[in-house]
Amino acid sequence: MNVDPWILAFSAITVVITIWMGFRSAKSSKSASDFFVAGRSVSVGWNASAISGEYLSAASFMGVAGMVMLSGYDALWYPVCYACGYLFLLLFIAGPLRRFGAYTIPDFAEGRYDSPVFRKIAVCFVLFIGFFYTMPQMKGAGTTLAYIFPGLPYWVGVAVVGAVITLNVALGGMKGITLVQAVQYWIKMLAISVPVFVLLSVFGGYGKNLSLNKSSATSPPAIIQTVEPARTERQALPAKAPLDEAWIAPFGPLTTKAAKAAGLTPEQARPLSLLYTFSLIVALVCGTAGLPHILVRFYTNPDGVAAKRTTMWVMILIGVFYLFPPIFGVLGRNFLPELYDATGSKGPDKVVLELPILIRERYGVLGSILSGITCAGAFAAFMSTFSGLLVSMTGALAHDVYGRMLRPNSTPEQRMKMFKWCAILIGGVSVLLGAMVEPLEINFMVGQAFAIAAASYFPLLFMSVWWRGMTMKGAATGMLTGGLSALVAAAVVNISTLALDKGPMGKIFAGFAGINDFWKAHPLLRILCEQPAIWSVPLSIGLMILVSKATRKTIPADIRMKMLVLHAPEALGLKQEYIQEHQGPAH
Amino acid sequence: MSQTPLKEDDFIHSEKFLHELMTRQLKLSISCAGAFLVLLFGLPLLNFFAPAFMAQRVGGFTLTWLILGVLFFPYVWIIARVFITRSMALEEEEVHHAAKGNKRQS
Repeated sequence: MNVDPWILAFSAITVVITIWMGFRSAKSSKSASDFFVAGRSVSVGWNASAISGEYLSAASFMGVAGMVMLSGYDALWYPVCYACGYLFLLLFIAGPLRRFGAYTIPDFAEGRYDSPVFRKIAVCFVLFIGFFYTMPQMKGAGTTLAYIFPGLPYWVGVAVVGAVITLNVALGGMKGITLVQAVQYWIKMLAISVPVFVLLSVFGGYGKNLSLNKSSATSPPAIIQTVEPARTERQALPAKAPLDEAWIAPFGPLTTKAAKAAGLTPEQARPLSLLYTFSLIVALVCGTAGLPHILVRFYTNPDGVAAKRTTMWVMILIGVFYLFPPIFGVLGRNFLPELYDATGSKGPDKVVLELPILIRERYGVLGSILSGITCAGAFAAFMSTFSGLLVSMTGALAHDVYGRMLRPNSTPEQRMKMFKWCAILIGGVSVLLGAMVEPLEINFMVGQAFAIAAASYFPLLFMSVWWRGMTMKGAATGMLTGGLSALVAAAVVNISTLALDKGPMGKIFAGFAGINDFWKAHPLLRILCEQPAIWSVPLSIGLMILVSKATRKTIPADIRMKMLVLHAPEALGLKQEYIQEHQGPAH
Repeated sequence: MSQTPLKEDDFIHSEKFLHELMTRQLKLSISCAGAFLVLLFGLPLLNFFAPAFMAQRVGGFTLTWLILGVLFFPYVWIIARVFITRSMALEEEEVHHAAKGNKRQS
């Protein structure tokens, strides 16, 4: 199979436009404060598009479809919670944080507890969550490039995309400018919706395609394809694909995997699946509210009213987007079942890219164009999210770790230089990690990043905003214990999955294959490690309360003022007053 | 520039005002979150306890797929809409309340 010129052209145009726009807008705004001030003149519509553009990553664009195809109903929790987690952010955290005027979570941590030490602890989690979040983006990149250039090894795609974006960030492009992110949203939205409409008109409606999955106990074999070239009927499912009944019903392959491996009966497995589902929901909903790079944009609104309107629009824009990826998954199951037999970058994660090609058999070049459009969307997805993450992680490393901890007296030039080196370092590590995760599902990995955020940043923000009894020690203990235990649990599960891989990764991680025997003996522990949120979030909050009670003497002295700033309407002007007070000689 | 007097003992800075403010905000947030969480955690429970009911077909979809894959989004939009309208009204009320309270004290 050769390189399809249409697909290549659409992808190349997206990359060039992104880089060009990044550099153009980077010229007009150089510092972080420029970025925020400039953002304040942005209208609600643009800002909402920009937030949505930053939020929709490769997981949303490719991963959700792949996972729905692979696991069916249970995977629907991902898009729903990605979109609805935003509501939690709106209800409990967005308003107070906006009033407080902290630009990032480390800023908030320092301001709320008057503690530069705590800032450093909070910064670590920007890096932890960031790396977990970049891995799936890298897999998206590797998968897309391997699709555009058939025969290209997966790791080459990861390295090329990683190098291009890293260089772009190091040279000063892509500063997370509102306009770039907003345009990216609309590219993604068009790229996911237009092909869906065409595909549905060719292959029949959403409901009709779902109804082909009969939920009778004995799933009848699908119609076997005859010699005619165009696919109009459902294809035969390979042996590896889950049966119809398991696929379309809740508590299917995704949530019963561990129990099945342990040889439990379906009846014994059901409660464990319910537990898995609940834990997944907690991770995704709380994790959305604790994602480091999302909160920042709430400040780019002129006032609280505009911020709330923006959030409403974000929820609509994201919600509409998430209607589409599962449709790809449903159609993929019916018409591209051969993907079930492949793994890694050739597996279901590429269903979004591959499906439109089926139209080529009937309508010729239109299929190529549509596939080109979805490839462009995939590029927009992993490029925007990876650049955004790279900027915030590099900022944390260069600004906080180097500029404040290692060399507090460094000159601005030294810091600028350091920013570039940090970008290259983090980009390099991301590529390395990304090259290893080919056997893991994109969406699953993003879920893990959310679980870590849910156990670290979410409790910190939620408790600091609503409970005045929190102390720095309590917050730090809870965040570190909850976050790190979720991190370790997720890493152990990933390593044991990689050990099962038949490719090169299986050899590297072969030493850890023994963990899988342990999982077989203890399916409950496997589920609790795979989806740690259900115990790590309460653990984190519990520790915060306990330790804060024990150290209640160290509650910040001006806590009432801080709480007022967090909660009083902006019209009362308490923030200015607070800032004036804090500009005293003590600072 | 700010018209608020820089006094520690006026109404806005009082314990009572802060307490009322936070309670009212929290009440609103929790009631909205409640409406959201009922469906979010109720749906898996329905799937668990009434699988046959949730598996019935509605225009090709299973009922539970229709709820989770399609209807969930508009439901959340409604909650968000209600919260935003109410919280803006609440803020306005608090500003009036604070102004009145300050006058009464001075």
